[in-house]
Amino acid sequence: MIDERFDAIVVGAGMAGNAAAYSLATKGLKVLQLERGEYSGSKNVQGAILYADMLEKIIPDFREDAPLERHLIEQRFWMMGESSHTGLHYRSDDFNEEKPNRYTIIRAQFDKWFNKKVQEAGALVVCETTVTELVQDAYGKVIGVKTDRGGGQIHADVVVLAEGVSGLLGTRAGLRKIPKPTDVALAVKEMHFLPQEVIEERFNLKGNEGAVIEAAGTISAGMTGMGFIYTNRECISLGIGCLVSDFQKSGESPYTLLEKFKKHPSVAPLIEGSEVKEYAAHLIPEGGYKAIPQLFGDGWVVVGDAAQLNNAIHREGSNLAMTSGRIAAEAIFQVKSRKEPMTASNLALYKKMLEDSFVMKDLKKYKDMPQLLHVQSQNFFLTYPQLVNKAMQNFVRVDGTPKKEKEKLTMKSFTSARSWAGLFGDAFRLARAWR
Amino acid sequence: MHIVVCIKQVPDSAQIRVHPVTNTIMRQGVPTIINPYDLFALEEAMRLRDKFGGEVTVLTMGPPSAEDSLRKALTFGVDRAVLLTDRFFAGSDTLATSFALATAISKIGETWGKPDIVFTGKQTIDGDTAQVGPGIAKRLGLMQVTYVAKVAEYDGEERTVTLERRAEGGTQVLKSSLPCLIAMLEGTNEIRRGTMADALRGARAEIVKWSAKDAGVEDLTKCGLKGSPTIVKRVFAPSPRAEKAQMIEVPEGASLADALIDDIFKRQPNLEPDLTALARGF
Repeated sequence: MIDERFDAIVVGAGMAGNAAAYSLATKGLKVLQLERGEYSGSKNVQGAILYADMLEKIIPDFREDAPLERHLIEQRFWMMGESSHTGLHYRSDDFNEEKPNRYTIIRAQFDKWFNKKVQEAGALVVCETTVTELVQDAYGKVIGVKTDRGGGQIHADVVVLAEGVSGLLGTRAGLRKIPKPTDVALAVKEMHFLPQEVIEERFNLKGNEGAVIEAAGTISAGMTGMGFIYTNRECISLGIGCLVSDFQKSGESPYTLLEKFKKHPSVAPLIEGSEVKEYAAHLIPEGGYKAIPQLFGDGWVVVGDAAQLNNAIHREGSNLAMTSGRIAAEAIFQVKSRKEPMTASNLALYKKMLEDSFVMKDLKKYKDMPQLLHVQSQNFFLTYPQLVNKAMQNFVRVDGTPKKEKEKLTMKSFTSARSWAGLFGDAFRLARAWR
Repeated sequence: MHIVVCIKQVPDSAQIRVHPVTNTIMRQGVPTIINPYDLFALEEAMRLRDKFGGEVTVLTMGPPSAEDSLRKALTFGVDRAVLLTDRFFAGSDTLATSFALATAISKIGETWGKPDIVFTGKQTIDGDTAQVGPGIAKRLGLMQVTYVAKVAEYDGEERTVTLERRAEGGTQVLKSSLPCLIAMLEGTNEIRRGTMADALRGARAEIVKWSAKDAGVEDLTKCGLKGSPTIVKRVFAPSPRAEKAQMIEVPEGASLADALIDDIFKRQPNLEPDLTALARGF
């Protein structure tokens, strides 16, 4: 056992853990951060898009030295048919601003940088060390952690669980339940290397401009899921993810979906001639508001993916992670400055502060969405995309059919696939979940 | 006992990427590791210390970022780390490197006690020369034993060590007087996992940083590019061989050797008369 005591132990060095450790250390707390990977970022997987605003609130001048790939000026949504896509593009020169709003990043590099800031702020960071269990006293209060190193028990006033989506430590300690297969998605991604100029030409970019494609439809084979294509400086991140429960049900394998996505005629030309350098897989919490576990207790708080804080609709995860890490640190600091103990009743402040922030407000807004998309996945991810693409083809193709008849055909294809009541019902349910 | 272990930070060869366009090695972003051969030296040194007492000082020369490898060595459980870093050392070949390290080891001796043993790995994975260890021994006038698999005995009274050295055809058991330099062979032990206390100490330890001046280097012309007679003329990637392996059809009952010889002669028409002429000449 280590005699030395810490104010806080942060378990994990991803976005949430780094944000928490950094914020705690800058407030003068004695912080120990434990990471199982070789370095922060070595095991962290994300698409990945960074939202500047949430990082600015932690490190205002991050743009000076953070490893950023491209700032995003264009967003595309693709509704995928078998051999087509119907798209919505938004591109604006306004995003070529002095302080851009969104960037693509490569987590292995970005997290390394972030963690360096954590160390500079004064936190002690120990990598290649796995926390095996939480140490609890006779009353269940968390008083420290046990690690896989010899003599590896360390005590602290509070433990910040930033252990990632699986939440194993919290589960093992009986503080929460393991996430349900309906509440997590399994995503796989590849990094496709291409010369900078080729990427810029294919995506109509110049300099550090970047574009993002989010795709849904037939590519997920009727499962609740999405694909993505993000431009980095010299490579393209491309991936697809679906709910674990859907994979279980359909028997589809993630890599087959990825291969199909890559071969889709709308996607293949974008990555043609590229060299794949990396293959990664990751679980993403997608259960939304209703899947959030207990966020605090005697001597502990949970942040980021481990707290299932992820906005699947807006594809936002890392900013919720960073923000929850920062807010947890602020709450802990407030309790400590009042010289009060890290009890559940005092740490409830964290949840209250989180509820006042965009994190919980956004998740609350979409609280019914995961369930709706999950139950209606065949309709939303297969039937409708097929119908829309068929309708577009019908609309665009010139073949001498009178326009009136074409309209009738399109309407008929919709009503034969789904009854009028079904169509209105879906629209109503979607609108209500969105509200 | 005072043991000095020389280590080097090298690019992780398992993760080196070749730029798909220019075909050059992309050094940027390639993770660095402690030269794998040096890990055996580190472990052997710590085993001796644990058994007979004393201290292990780890030394490296490199850019400021080489601090990472020293910090890692500290988390394994070594007692002290020294980083020799100075722009004067840039571009050193093995001659200049062994000069700088030998000078620093003398300085380490003055500061923390004369080392009894200096350990190095067999060679590095980026230079592959195996020259720096022997170079240090020569400059410091130490006994040197290379390709060592194990330090079998240590006699503090008599000031000797008994070593097992792998050689072609077997293992030599050698006795050397101290002080000596030992270059450790790979696969001979397994680097330990430091305790939690080691890990904490490694994370917060102050690394001793020495410039050329701090290390007591007086003649700067023996350092870095200036002190390196080795010249790299050209670096190139070998072009892949066009030949492919082929299966030879051997008819049922025929001799495999005859079939092979026939095939070789068929492909190299000049070979048969040449060989025949050669055979006649004898």
